[in-house]
Amino acid sequence: MAGLAASFGSGAMTNSIDDLGQADVVLVIGSNTTEAHPIIGIELKKAARSGTRIYVVDPRRIRLADHAEKWFPVDPGANIALLNAVMSVILNAGLADEEFIASRTESFEPLRELLVGYDLEKAAETCGISVDDIRELAMAYGSAERASIVYAMGVTQHASGTNQVRVLANLAMMTGNIGRPGTGVNPLRGQNNVQGACDLACLPNCLPGYQPLSAGSLERVCELWEMEPELPSVPGLTLVEMMEAATAGELKAMYIMGENPVIADPDQAHVLEALEALDLLVVQDIFMTETAALADVVLPAASFLEKRGTFTNTDRRIRSVWPVVDSPGEALTDLEIVMRLSKLLGVDADYSTAADVMDEMSAVTPQYGGVSYRRLETEGDLRWPCPDESHPGTEILHAETFTRGLGAFVAVDFEPAPDTVTPQRPLVMTTGRHLWNFHTDTMTSRSSGLCELNAQSYVEINTVDADGLGICDGDRVEVTSKHGSVETHARVMRRKGPKPGVVFMPFHFADAPANRITGTDLDPVAKIPSLKVTSVSVRKIG
Amino acid sequence: MIAPDTSTPRAAYEVRVCAGSACVANGSLQIAQRFEEAIARNGLAGSVRVIKTGCHGLCARGPVVVVGPDGVFYPAVDLDAADRIIVSVLGDREPVEPLLFRESPGADSIARYADVPFNARQQRIVLRNCGVIDPESLDSAFAAGDYVALSTALATMTPEQVIEMVRDSGLRGRGGAGFSTGMKWQLARAAEGDLKYLCCNADEGDPGAFMDRAVLEGDPHAVLEGMALAAYAIGASEGYVYVRAEYPLAVKRLRKAIADAEARGLLGKDIMGSGFSYSVSIREGAGAFVCGEETALIASVEGRRGMPRPRPPFPTTSGLWNRPTCINNVETLANIPWIVANGAEAYAAIGTGNSKGTKVFALTGHVHYTGLVEVPMGLTVREMVHEIGGGSSSERPIKAVQIGGPSGGCLPASLFDTHIDYDALASVGAVVGSGGLVAVDKSTCMVEFARYFLAFTQDESCGKCVPCRIGTKRMLEIVTRITEGHGQPGDIETLERLGNLVRSTSLCALGGTAANPVLTTLKYFREEYEEHISEKKCRAHACGALSTYAVIPEKCKGCGVCKKNCPVNAISSVIKEQYTIDPDTCVKCGICEAKCPFDAIIRV
Amino acid sequence: MNTRGIINTSAVATGAQATGVVEGSMVTLAIDGRVVTARPGATVLETCREAGVHIPTLCHDPRLEPYGACRLCIVEIEGMRGYPTSCTTVVAQDMAVTTTSETLRALRSDLVELLLSDHKVECLTCEASGGCGLQDLAYEFGIETSRFEGAKHVSEVDDPNPLIARDPAKCISCGRCVRICDEVQGCHVWGHTKRGFDALPDTPSSVSLLDAGCEFCGQCVSTCPTGALTDRVGRFRGRRWEVTWTETTCGYCGVGCAIEFATKGGQIVGARAPLDKGPNYGNLCAKGRYGWSFAQHPDRLTTPLVRRDGELTPATWDEALSLVAQKLAAIRDEHTGSAVAGLASAKCTNEENYLFQKLLRAGIGTHNIDHCARL
Repeated sequence: MAGLAASFGSGAMTNSIDDLGQADVVLVIGSNTTEAHPIIGIELKKAARSGTRIYVVDPRRIRLADHAEKWFPVDPGANIALLNAVMSVILNAGLADEEFIASRTESFEPLRELLVGYDLEKAAETCGISVDDIRELAMAYGSAERASIVYAMGVTQHASGTNQVRVLANLAMMTGNIGRPGTGVNPLRGQNNVQGACDLACLPNCLPGYQPLSAGSLERVCELWEMEPELPSVPGLTLVEMMEAATAGELKAMYIMGENPVIADPDQAHVLEALEALDLLVVQDIFMTETAALADVVLPAASFLEKRGTFTNTDRRIRSVWPVVDSPGEALTDLEIVMRLSKLLGVDADYSTAADVMDEMSAVTPQYGGVSYRRLETEGDLRWPCPDESHPGTEILHAETFTRGLGAFVAVDFEPAPDTVTPQRPLVMTTGRHLWNFHTDTMTSRSSGLCELNAQSYVEINTVDADGLGICDGDRVEVTSKHGSVETHARVMRRKGPKPGVVFMPFHFADAPANRITGTDLDPVAKIPSLKVTSVSVRKIG
Repeated sequence: MIAPDTSTPRAAYEVRVCAGSACVANGSLQIAQRFEEAIARNGLAGSVRVIKTGCHGLCARGPVVVVGPDGVFYPAVDLDAADRIIVSVLGDREPVEPLLFRESPGADSIARYADVPFNARQQRIVLRNCGVIDPESLDSAFAAGDYVALSTALATMTPEQVIEMVRDSGLRGRGGAGFSTGMKWQLARAAEGDLKYLCCNADEGDPGAFMDRAVLEGDPHAVLEGMALAAYAIGASEGYVYVRAEYPLAVKRLRKAIADAEARGLLGKDIMGSGFSYSVSIREGAGAFVCGEETALIASVEGRRGMPRPRPPFPTTSGLWNRPTCINNVETLANIPWIVANGAEAYAAIGTGNSKGTKVFALTGHVHYTGLVEVPMGLTVREMVHEIGGGSSSERPIKAVQIGGPSGGCLPASLFDTHIDYDALASVGAVVGSGGLVAVDKSTCMVEFARYFLAFTQDESCGKCVPCRIGTKRMLEIVTRITEGHGQPGDIETLERLGNLVRSTSLCALGGTAANPVLTTLKYFREEYEEHISEKKCRAHACGALSTYAVIPEKCKGCGVCKKNCPVNAISSVIKEQYTIDPDTCVKCGICEAKCPFDAIIRV
Repeated sequence: MNTRGIINTSAVATGAQATGVVEGSMVTLAIDGRVVTARPGATVLETCREAGVHIPTLCHDPRLEPYGACRLCIVEIEGMRGYPTSCTTVVAQDMAVTTTSETLRALRSDLVELLLSDHKVECLTCEASGGCGLQDLAYEFGIETSRFEGAKHVSEVDDPNPLIARDPAKCISCGRCVRICDEVQGCHVWGHTKRGFDALPDTPSSVSLLDAGCEFCGQCVSTCPTGALTDRVGRFRGRRWEVTWTETTCGYCGVGCAIEFATKGGQIVGARAPLDKGPNYGNLCAKGRYGWSFAQHPDRLTTPLVRRDGELTPATWDEALSLVAQKLAAIRDEHTGSAVAGLASAKCTNEENYLFQKLLRAGIGTHNIDHCARL
């Protein structure tokens, strides 16, 4: 999200799910849409049926490729080489929207310099897509009246994740594909309320509504919170940094609400070491997760089916959440728990309902300024920015001007991922989701029926690589990176699945957690770990 | 404008061997080979030519060979006959008298094919070249005048003029519905679209019907020329011929015809230098009857299951891949070059009020001459059955005709003066349909006859809509139980109620007409239904469950053959006396009837 | 809501009735003598429904293209031959539609009777009972038994999947399963097989749903108007009229689908999506539709736990929360707020996340807050 925020001024889907179908061309990159976001997958498939041309860029032949005009099996981590080459073709073919560039953006010249003489042959070799295919993609996107970009963690979970996002923003701005229906740069958020958690500043570097840690903002927020403005103006620690600080003994206590870093975070051994080093670990969750098992105090929470509140989805839509059933036993909503703890720690937290919290939230958070439970109940969902009571919400961002004023280009070039293949680890492992499992599988593995469909871990390997390694479908294999090994089953993929040289593991399963062997190389800006490129070896065992 | 090349010299003397599917099945290709070998052996390849033609029509007397400029007709030719004809062809060329056509044994011979009574009332427009030309030779087609109309139209007529001419000719679609072809073209021409399709519906599926096959096999270029003219008229640039895979010979000849026509610039890009382009591909259907319905045909061409969809939108507005699409039937298209060449008035002069031109029928059943017939609209059923068909092939009189295939209606002998045209047939509950005409004599049970057609349509229902899928099934179950002797009071009323439901609410024409055979037999032969139900009697003795076998005392000589052959010992006799059949033991296998040397056993 | 599946208005121009349809302007027509305005391009069925006029139908689903198979929505339209289906007929200016008459009622009733004659009537235990289109129509037309008895489809189907129960003997061949799988899901698991009376939606070569590549989105179940396709999860746990439906927002991925859960006796027994609410407009995926019984799983944490002598042991809320508050305060006071960090949750509500970061910022004085947005 940091990438989009830098280019446009806000880091969220620029357009809406509903208007994807209006695009002539949709570039889907690093998003296994039909499995990770099935309903958006439906929109894309429907769009394809009615004439929208979809271009899939992914190291795996994902299911959406069946509905696409073409699949481009890019090498993991090489998106920037491909996209710069694409932009170079667009620029040199005169397909850039010079008027948009001139009136709506800044700093294009350095990028123009980079692109004009961009070496397509070299880019092709780097990204594994032929020059002809690069040209095809460029001409399709560049000449479309309305072109949209859809991406997800296949773009962000790289050491170069922020730059990849900025390059996508470059591509959209350069062709004027921003601010109209069927255009835009659209990140798909992985979990139901990632967008909301970001919006409300569960981030170390901002205050609610992405307000900077500047004196003015701190003062304003502290005033609303009725406290002295004594907060630091430097950002706090990111997740991976927290683990490092804990290992180093600088961080003493962690309060984890509904997260399972032991499974979800990279380099499991390191996470375990960090959590064990803490003086206090408090975990608040609905199940005894791998992380909760390490805690000093475990607080039983309510699931989303048992609480009142709101979620903000990937296209900035704020929707109501209603309790469907009661929580089991003594479990309480996270709201109730945090409220009680806040009071114990001297924070003003005297709310009688979730609606009261929303009222304070909308006062603190400019984008949510006009959101209230009353409006949600009468008008249905609202899409931010919705700055005041009379504002209807916003379908498309950056229609007239960018949130930051002018859109900012940046000239960045491809750099190899930190964990490159070696003769010992000749394959690249990438990770992702399966349709029938969610995240660390805590909910899906305990849902009857669903849990029977896909209960075990596996690694997808191309038939070419499998043949070379003497691996047959269903064989037990060991996948080894420089961080460790896991044992799992091989799924040898003939037509679908990863391209030769790439293997894929879903990260849901505790029996072989893919994140046990992923690295902690971070994107320098967003601090997102490089989960999508890990060099590994695969060996048949047993 | 480049005129077709007609300079190929014609052989002086032609031997036309019918290579339509029926004659081929009876060995006509071996006969043709025998001719060819003899001609080659005698070094006469330059002056005598064997032409393997399309269907001549009189399939009942195949293999058909027609020889020389006068058209001397030899029916039912075998290899021995061929050898004798060869002697004549290579010698004095006098007709071989003993081999000539006779209406009955001992009757006078008729030498010329045109003089055969079967042909007397016919007028050949659609079939003008069938039986005359070599359908695998473009030059042969040229010689017979194919592509002259296209050449003229492209050079001298606007598309609107072509449409006007076809509209004025009064031509109506020959596939069944009978919609004005000119009007259809007008709608297709007026429809907005960057790309339009003109398709030929050659998915002939009515049991016993083979007129489209005969045209495709006998004169494929006439169909292609008609398609090109239609495409020019509506502004189509692409098209398909949707033809059933069960017509391999038609497919083969069509394929060759398309390739030949493309090679000569008669199809494809810039036809005859006119700037007009139209290309044709073949799509082979898998034999689902419903694919003859145009929306199902479209689905099938698009690669989906052939299931109809409601209209509107009509295909002329939104058809293949949602583009304006005009679909015409084979016979309709084969008429077009003739109309363009001879003018609307000439065509409109043939036929009756709202039914102009000719219609091809596949005449089958209990008549002498079954085969392919092309007649002017307006002949009576009687003329068709008795003059062309030669009347009953048995001593039993013709009792009814089913016109229009399984979608058609069944007419009793009392209505045989009905004219065969769209309006007259509709007024008595039948349809011209695609042109099946089955004449049956008294040995046919009308309930069983209706059951046969209904079983066909039920089997061929695509299953999409409720009335056709379940309604025709329930009707079939009732009709079946009536023929099996289990009819119940109320069955006739239920049949009528369901028949009306199926007719009123079905999605497409297949369902909409599926009840016709039952409803028309109920109308004209209701007493047969009633007898089956209340008296458990089939007057035609055709329903096995309702008939028994009996010995005619006067004819029985007491030979005992029947008893010896009876598999269930149902026949007994007093010694050397007459035999009797025990109806309770008899399983109605019919062996006794077949074996009796004195025709003393009959079904009652 | 998007306007999918509308036949373009020019299509009507070839119909009998088209007179002066102007793109964009409203169309006026008469429904049973009442003047009604409609969107151009809307179908007669849609227009009738918006006008509150009941027309029975079994093969219609607003998510799907018009199909016209059940024939129950037939109407009479002046100037048009026969009985056009209202679901496939587009409105035209000055159209005069009759939706009910003696004839229409008789035809519709006979059609329902035909359907019933090939239906396994076991409403006593059928999961669809109370929400079954065929049952409703049998009641509407007062059909106690069908006069059109005859051959029936049988129930035999061997499909051991854990989620979707199939009973072909209850199938009415409306094709909704086939169409939703094709048109919406793009999966083509279902197809029309066989012809004539035997025609039936089935998987290719009748293989199991798993072998047919089913994604188990359950969309086919959601559109099936009878008990031919039902959910296995929740079976025999609540009749349609016993359950309470509560709308909320799905808690899985970032799409945030509108979803409704059925509950009976405090237990969730099923899920569906409202047709008129975005972003999903009636659609759900396998996780949303079937991933809810975790809430009632015995593994749920039900009491606070505090580690004593290395073991997590039950405690009261007061004990647990005071312990946490006290320790956090101590660490804050001893090492400053920067020694404390919190991980918020992308699964929790906005309100909870807001309060969580407020607790850390205002209560501890640290910006050490993150969540898995980066993962």
